[in-house]
Amino acid sequence: MFWINGLLNSFAFGAILFLLAVGFSLIFGLMRVANLAHGALFMLGGYIATSAMGLGFAGAVLAAGAACAVFGGILERTLIRRLAGRELAQVLGTLGLAFIIADQCLLVWSGDPIAQPAPEALRGAVGFGGIVFPAYRLALVVLALVAFLGIWALVERTTLGARIRAAVDDREMARAMGIPVSRLFTTVFCLGAGLAGIGGALAAPIMSVYPGLDSEMLPLALLVVILGGIGSLTGALAGSLVIGLVYTFGQMLLPDLAYVILFLPMVVVLAVRPQGFFGRQAA
Amino acid sequence: MKNPGLKTLGILLICAAAVPLVLPGPFYLSIATQVLVYGLFAVSVNLIAGYCGMVSLGHAAFLGIAGYAFALLTTSTGWPLWAAIPAAVGLSVAAGALFGLVALRTSGLSFLMITLALGQIVWGVAFRYVDLTNGENGISMPRFQGLLANGTGLFYLCLVVTGGCLALVTILAGSPLGASMQGVRDQPRRMSTLGYDVWRIRYAAYVLSAGIAGIAGVLYMLLFRFISPHTLSLTVSSEAVLMVIAGGLGTTFGPIVGAALVVLLKNVASAYTDRWPTLLGLIFLFIIVVVPEGLLPGARRLMRTLGAHLATRRGPTAIPATPVKEARP
Repeated sequence: MFWINGLLNSFAFGAILFLLAVGFSLIFGLMRVANLAHGALFMLGGYIATSAMGLGFAGAVLAAGAACAVFGGILERTLIRRLAGRELAQVLGTLGLAFIIADQCLLVWSGDPIAQPAPEALRGAVGFGGIVFPAYRLALVVLALVAFLGIWALVERTTLGARIRAAVDDREMARAMGIPVSRLFTTVFCLGAGLAGIGGALAAPIMSVYPGLDSEMLPLALLVVILGGIGSLTGALAGSLVIGLVYTFGQMLLPDLAYVILFLPMVVVLAVRPQGFFGRQAA
Repeated sequence: MKNPGLKTLGILLICAAAVPLVLPGPFYLSIATQVLVYGLFAVSVNLIAGYCGMVSLGHAAFLGIAGYAFALLTTSTGWPLWAAIPAAVGLSVAAGALFGLVALRTSGLSFLMITLALGQIVWGVAFRYVDLTNGENGISMPRFQGLLANGTGLFYLCLVVTGGCLALVTILAGSPLGASMQGVRDQPRRMSTLGYDVWRIRYAAYVLSAGIAGIAGVLYMLLFRFISPHTLSLTVSSEAVLMVIAGGLGTTFGPIVGAALVVLLKNVASAYTDRWPTLLGLIFLFIIVVVPEGLLPGARRLMRTLGAHLATRRGPTAIPATPVKEARP
């Protein structure tokens, strides 16, 4: 029972991590921008959702996603673009922005953690052969898988996806072929930021929203991407699963050292395969 | 002296030694000491970020490891200062040697991401391993005796230590090893082809940088006598990077100038607002967008641009002697 519950919790946490990390990974893969504001967008999404519960749970989650997507688009248009070609400046710019977002969240929503109950339909538990699962966590896993399939279909089966893949492989050539690379950048940034916002909103019922959530989640997202391989969709899923398992079981078995244990998968992967599970180039 | 930076450093140290005589009170003296402590921390970040081109966003871990080790060894274990100080710095060096093995498998943005993650892991331990670190409440140390009890004495100690470490880094930067560091920063592939062991050069710089950050951690504890997980947070690591960039990456005195700027701003701002993180973010954006090469060179460039602008307004004859637009790094 202990192990099965732990597994489900790991998968649910992995699902949240996936929503957070996949956007980071897509943005990094396409634009070579490490968006350090991603954790802050995640937290912002959580806060917006708790305030928008008047729209119903699904409405609040979508509102959080939309708000973060718009924010991400503005961020890309105004800041990232201005610093094009200067990797370090872009990273530090997003870092500066992360501080501003986190501090403004503290100002607006105060320092107290906001607990968000799960939507009523998913508050109960689901039983399978004598084992009882909390329905919301199960739903999270399903949602993450749906998101994975949706993004996979978008990237692999649509024209937009084909353009993104082309731009990832060779930006100049894609531009020369008439692909509007600059608009793609904005689209992908919106998508990534929106997914982070949705992730934060969906995480609110299991983690609640509190100041510091951003800097707690950001390194986990970075670990997922380092583990899975930068720009890889499958890598983001696999990395989220591994970090979800290690983090959840670490907290159950050795609560004091849960963070140190996170060190281990990173050491192993970087030693054996510096480009990550599914990365194509060395990171 | 062969090294011109060293000569300037000597003059500046003598000027700095007069600071306690000029300052009006212990509050200002404490701020001057803070500049030295954070300046030393920024020097350590500059060594790896400026001279080697590897920007670390997890350096607060080394500051914090030494700080916690120093506090725990002297309070719970009862070690004397002379034993606890080298042990604390040694622990930072050991952590640097370990983290370097992991982080230096990569470079560039991945290095930055991994150091950030490593720094946050150490922060998580300080935060969660309550039995050892007392968690969020942190650890306080009792007042020190003798020289360290007195603000002026502490200032001079920090001045000597920071000045010494800065001299060491300046000498290093002018040495063959320093030259190879800068070579590795600018042309890693070429250096590798020339037979230099790129990894080993970076590793040496990283471990040395962790050691200097550890020394800064001990000074930090001597000054504040209190440490909590906040000292290891991403904010502190980022402040150090901001100091280095504000002062100018890879310059001798840039880190100290940057540290002075950030410490002063922080102290002035705290009188008016408790929104320091917002202000920090705005300063970040300002420096990156407006003066990415550092405040002093950036201000010089802006003045030139402004001058050229005024000259063209006055008449078409004036042609700027220097190129107006510099290649940005």
